[in-house]
Amino acid sequence: MKKVFSHPRSLRNIPTHYCPGCGHGITHRLITEIIDELNIRERVIAIAPVGCAVIAYDYWDFDCSEAAHGRALAVATAIKRVRPENIVFTYQGDGDLAAIGTNETIHAANRGENLTVIFINNAIYGMTGGQMAPTTLLGQRTSTTPNGREAKFQGYPLKISEMLAVLPAVKYVERVSLHNPQEVLKAKKAIKQAFQNQIDNIGFSLVEILSPCPTYWEMNPKQAMDWIRDAMAKEFPLGKIK
Amino acid sequence: MSKKILLSGNEAIAQGALDAGCYFYAGYPITPQNELISYMAANMPKAGGVFIQAESELAAINMVFGASATGTRAMTSSSSPGMSLKQEGISYIAGTQLPAVIVNIMRGGPGLGNITPAQSDYFQATRGGGHGDYHCIVLAPSTVQEAHDLMPLSFDLADKYRNPIIVLGDGMLGQMMEPIFVMRHASRVARKRITKKWALTGCKERNPNVIKSLYLKEGALEKLNLLLQKKYKIIKEKEQRYESLHLDTAEVIIVAYGIMARIAKAAVNKLRAKGKKVGLIRPITLWPFPETLITQILSGLHKKKHSPLFLVVEMSYGQMLEDVKLAVNGKAKVEFLGRAGGGIPTEEEIISKIKRIGG
Ligand SMILES: Cc1ncc(C[n+]2csc(CCOP(=O)(O)OP(=O)(O)O)c2C)c(N)n1
Repeated sequence: MKKVFSHPRSLRNIPTHYCPGCGHGITHRLITEIIDELNIRERVIAIAPVGCAVIAYDYWDFDCSEAAHGRALAVATAIKRVRPENIVFTYQGDGDLAAIGTNETIHAANRGENLTVIFINNAIYGMTGGQMAPTTLLGQRTSTTPNGREAKFQGYPLKISEMLAVLPAVKYVERVSLHNPQEVLKAKKAIKQAFQNQIDNIGFSLVEILSPCPTYWEMNPKQAMDWIRDAMAKEFPLGKIK
Repeated sequence: MSKKILLSGNEAIAQGALDAGCYFYAGYPITPQNELISYMAANMPKAGGVFIQAESELAAINMVFGASATGTRAMTSSSSPGMSLKQEGISYIAGTQLPAVIVNIMRGGPGLGNITPAQSDYFQATRGGGHGDYHCIVLAPSTVQEAHDLMPLSFDLADKYRNPIIVLGDGMLGQMMEPIFVMRHASRVARKRITKKWALTGCKERNPNVIKSLYLKEGALEKLNLLLQKKYKIIKEKEQRYESLHLDTAEVIIVAYGIMARIAKAAVNKLRAKGKKVGLIRPITLWPFPETLITQILSGLHKKKHSPLFLVVEMSYGQMLEDVKLAVNGKAKVEFLGRAGGGIPTEEEIISKIKRIGG
């Protein structure tokens, strides 16, 4: 009989600490499937962020480094420059990539580092307990915007992917979502493209993933998926940006 | 084979790093260390390595973290305000036990201060600087030649102990030019990657490696801390370095480091010529501080009738003074002369201070 489904070699077969309905688990699965399919497990060096995915290296079965909060792309830049033969990717939340690490993000992109960036946009700070993120929607309640985000005081949801796309050295930017199986398949295709680009020496490639955080959105997993479709994807349109 | 060339302290440090097989440099411009980054920009690529002008000192130190995580000899340099920004990264480097060399060509502070030479970052360098219980090994050159020569030692110590090393100079040392001997290109340490079994290289034919400082399981972080403390104890026992002058006959011992020690040395020579019994301790490692030498002096190993008087001279306000007092431990009198923020204690000031305190 033909085997049609198996556990990815690159994903350790252990329970994760992620909440039920969290998008980090789905994305870990996609990344590790792709690494297996591209047969690059022994070449990969991953940078885990500070955020809910801080111990991603416990789940991923390949070489990994931690990076201080926001500094993943500085760490990745140096790794790739001294070891161009390796496949280097960062995995970062919206706080990590678009708040504390904005400078590192923009400059790694602007230098056109040949890196793959997986950007998890869950519109909130998960790890620290549900504070406002740069990507938090207007009106969205968080523990630091108890009355909902107001443009007058907190500005607008930051569209860092669109900002990066204007840089000439950035080669590929796509925004995908995890809110239903079709979208997950599209997400996988985009992530694979971002890795393939690095293998082909094309340059800086980033995939933004709209990802559910039922716990801090105070929703059940189904509601969270629907909220991505009905609210998040309106503010952050899906599709290829560059 | 070696040849003699004229270099500034900043350039000599960069050349020393290249001679040591440093393969990665990232930095952000700041006076008075700009000659170092420019020298690296010109010469690192020629030597086959990677040079990056980072977007900030934060990025630079985290690039060093990344390069070092692959087993590459990596360094960055800055001056005081930039060093403050690097502290988070240095703490991570200490916590992950990565080797790295960080050069601080100190200027006056606090805040933006000014670009005159100072030694006011002594506490920051020797006490840890960032968060957590850690130490950097701190080396303090006092001549352009020594600035060059301490670089290979710095990289060796960094690799040996898997620990960040700080090379602490000041604006005067960084800017002044002196003829020095450098190794000829052919005799340089082969710039091949040193195999480090913990390094990130891709998990081919081995289990995956992880570089991290996060320990969540009960007791795990305490275990790391105990391991670090054990390492620091060994470093304290084995790596105290200093230069000394006339200790066997000295009634007054000046303690000074870096460029300040050169000025102090001139004062000592003048006073000696007049028959004054003055000596000098120049710590080369600021951490570990050469406390064993001071303990030995005071426990009579140097066969002295009276315990000498110590005079600490700094371009800061009593920072190294604390280490001298800790080492002396109340067994001798410790006097102090210091200026900072642009003021440098002069030969004459040292001589008149010694007269005042009865030397
Ligand atoms: C320098 C520093 N500041 C703050 C923190 C605390 N902190 C940890 S994770 C985080 C935000 C995480 O949010 P995000 O990057 O969006 O990832 P998520 O947890 O949502 O996956 C913060 C503020 C830290 N670890 N280090």
